[in-house]
Amino acid sequence: MRMAHDFPGISSAIGSFAAWSLLFLTIVQCNRVTHTRRLQLKTIPMILLSITLGPLGNVFLGKAMKTVGPVVSGRIHGLIPIVSRVLASGYIWLGISCLLGFFIVHMLLLTWADYSYVQPATSLSYLSISILSYLLLGERISPLRWLGVTVICLGVLLVGRTPPSTTGAPNRA
Amino acid sequence: MRELILFFFIVVAGTGGELCVSRAMKGIGEVHDFHPKSILSFILQSLRLPWMWLGIALMSLGFFSLLAILSFQEVSFVVPVSALSYAAGAFGAKAFLGERISQNRWIGIAIVCLGVTIVWWSRR
Repeated sequence: MRMAHDFPGISSAIGSFAAWSLLFLTIVQCNRVTHTRRLQLKTIPMILLSITLGPLGNVFLGKAMKTVGPVVSGRIHGLIPIVSRVLASGYIWLGISCLLGFFIVHMLLLTWADYSYVQPATSLSYLSISILSYLLLGERISPLRWLGVTVICLGVLLVGRTPPSTTGAPNRA
Repeated sequence: MRELILFFFIVVAGTGGELCVSRAMKGIGEVHDFHPKSILSFILQSLRLPWMWLGIALMSLGFFSLLAILSFQEVSFVVPVSALSYAAGAFGAKAFLGERISQNRWIGIAIVCLGVTIVWWSRR
């Protein structure tokens, strides 16, 4: 923890490098399970788009909410001016557009690719959100947080590699 | 404390909403035809189901809680912690949709929870 504050640049650079290597390796690994080369050529750019658009949407939402200031009151009449300031912020609409774009890309992907292929691949969005919030919001990400995010990715990877439907066919796991 | 309440809404209401929508979708059945006309009738059909509306209400609650927490916490902290939805989703799917969760999936969920704990320690 302490070290992260002293050397934010170095730890983040190492983190980014590790994140992108993991991303590359996963894509190479996922490549083997697709059936045709043609399908890969459209699937990989779409996956990259989806793991960029989703986190980018969240980064913009974060940026919009930071400009509004901390929401502390839970009372309705305290929330009204906050809501109007949020709606007037350009970033919130940019964020919502990115999330809508992500949703459409995700739906399109699922029309031809298996959910058990798409879901582990999109687990990488936890790494890309760390990278994007470092690059665009200047958040300092400690080695501990990189470790946590990597562990989450591995967990999601494992969740997605199990059979996607258990209600119809017998459970093979 | 404020964070815990908001995370509770993000994870529980967000996942609860998805489970309700999933239940509504299962009620309609598999979509085979992607003609604009049949997509429109699919949307109209889904809006007639109470589960769909409950799902939309819960997902909105989750989204507004996400916005509230983003107003004072870092994005690189909030988004990884909200991965707890995988755990909530598994418990909910088992209890509410009757899905069987394989052992590997439970292991994956345990690893996600471990990762979330580590990210939680990095909180500022």
